[in-house]
Amino acid sequence: MPDKLLAIEQKRPEGDWRDAKVEFRKGTICYSAAPKNITYLSLPNPREWQPFDADWKLPPNWKEIILKGMKERLRKYRSFRLFMEICVRCGACADKCHFYVGSGDPKNMPVLRAELMRSVYRRYFTLTGRLFRALVGARELTEDVIKEWFYYFYQCTECRRCSVFCPYGIDTAEITMMGRELLDLIGCNINWVMEPAANCFRTGNHLGVQPHAFQDSIQFAADEAKEITGLPIEVPINRKGAEILFVMPSADYFGTPHYYTLLGYLMLFHEIGLDYTVSAFASEGGNFGLFSSHELMKRLNAKIYEEAKRLRVKWILGGECGHMWRVFHQYMDTMNGPADFLEPPVSPITGTHFENARSTRAVHICEFTADLIHHGKLRLDPRRNDRWNVTYHDSCNPSRAMGLLEEPRYILKNACRNFHEMPENTIREQTFCCGSGAGLGTDENLEMRLRGGFPRANAVKHVREKHGVNLLACICAIDKATLPTLMEYWVPGVEVAGVHELLGNALVMTGEKERTTDLRGEPLVREEATRE
Amino acid sequence: MPLFEVEGRSYEVDEDGFLQEPERWNREVAKDFAATEAIADLTEEHWKIIHYIRNYYLEFGIAPMIRKLCKETGHKLNEIYKLFPSGPAKGACKLAGLPKPTGCV
Repeated sequence: MPDKLLAIEQKRPEGDWRDAKVEFRKGTICYSAAPKNITYLSLPNPREWQPFDADWKLPPNWKEIILKGMKERLRKYRSFRLFMEICVRCGACADKCHFYVGSGDPKNMPVLRAELMRSVYRRYFTLTGRLFRALVGARELTEDVIKEWFYYFYQCTECRRCSVFCPYGIDTAEITMMGRELLDLIGCNINWVMEPAANCFRTGNHLGVQPHAFQDSIQFAADEAKEITGLPIEVPINRKGAEILFVMPSADYFGTPHYYTLLGYLMLFHEIGLDYTVSAFASEGGNFGLFSSHELMKRLNAKIYEEAKRLRVKWILGGECGHMWRVFHQYMDTMNGPADFLEPPVSPITGTHFENARSTRAVHICEFTADLIHHGKLRLDPRRNDRWNVTYHDSCNPSRAMGLLEEPRYILKNACRNFHEMPENTIREQTFCCGSGAGLGTDENLEMRLRGGFPRANAVKHVREKHGVNLLACICAIDKATLPTLMEYWVPGVEVAGVHELLGNALVMTGEKERTTDLRGEPLVREEATRE
Repeated sequence: MPLFEVEGRSYEVDEDGFLQEPERWNREVAKDFAATEAIADLTEEHWKIIHYIRNYYLEFGIAPMIRKLCKETGHKLNEIYKLFPSGPAKGACKLAGLPKPTGCV
């Protein structure tokens, strides 16, 4: 019932903002991490507990642990120290957060979310705070403050839209990341992050798919691609000496609509004769460690270069995954590199040097494909996508963490005939989050996801009403998992697809049989009468 | 860990009611869990899907890909949603005694 969630209370809350009491209820929280997952990852304080319990079973010296952890991180991360010091509370970020827009809760204003931690920083790490306490906005660190941190740092998707508007460039996502990292030290974390992380550590991917199941799923996709095209499509797995290691999010070989994107990749690689391999070990592009701590991110990311080295490939090509690209683009090189055993990536088809990936040696598939189209290497029949009227959701991390803005649009405009942009303050670097990123895409958190996703959905509604848009394209597996629910609730009639699904539909392959269906198995409909 | 109790039988489940001891599964378990998914009666169609998921799980240690499930059981995704209102990865997996899939799904 959208009306219920649209009734957003904008009134000033009772009492003082420093009062840390939070009401935990199903719908706006995520369940705690199961002890087996915490134990598997060798993290502190595994135990049975839930956020709505009165007793969170914190370790007796929890306060000492948090303050020591803060001290270490203030020394280690200059950005953290800077962001604790420099905010002038201008309010530019206040209404830029999708969770604030959708919930009306002032503590979801990025400035106030950060203040939840700054107030503790001031009390324990500044002279004025130690002397003048509340007068300078300093707060005691209490158990209620820990609970409040948990509530609000797991009500931020680390999407960084607010940071685009901050005149000081404060990256509030990094404050959330620090908050989650500190909470990890006393065992306050969520299962939707820790179970995928534990799975990933055990099997190489978030879903816990073992090598024989990986092989089965990939083979099924190859067989289906064969059926659609009539071409002998093979997918090499763990093949040593291939030129390129292709890494994708595990949801691409599990979920729907992700799977159709996988078909698109496989058809593209076959058509251009790419010398590549996938890997059952580096079988996850995503990295839920990013949503927990730098340490865990590093541990999970290590397999990518390790596998590239083992398979003796020249460089890495990465699929349609969102936060994978924040990790690849901003951390991988310094955390687990230098990847001096790889070569600076060059497209074997066009000869293009991917200068921006010279250091990480990992290229985004949209850059790779856009380059192929630009050089006239692909034959595309966009009429095969005529049943779709497409708009594009910039997935937060590829857009804001690596500046991938034009390439997906270039592919879409070549692969489809009906494309319409959403309003400019909701796309590109100003894109609105799906509301379910950073590990929050779980069912018990559905109300908050629908609230947080409201600004995105509202922009889709605009183009649906104005242009008849019926497909939301994106390049992130969390988007593909959660936007369908968001659309169903706020904008029924809009489906979700990956960019390479649409490319796969349009791709005219050498020697293929006449296509009668699209990658979803639906009959091809052409609007020739209206368009030509 | 929460317990799900029905007619004197009790099962260890997670917060969403997924069975935590997959080896305990049998047809009776599926029937017991059907009520929690608002499924009044398990038809042959339900059983076909449940058995497919269960057998796949025993062989591969994971639920089948959704597209594979659809193709091999001959059901479109929306038909599976009609049979299992919370969908293949949630409702159908729950009745087949699998843990809940996690990640970008």
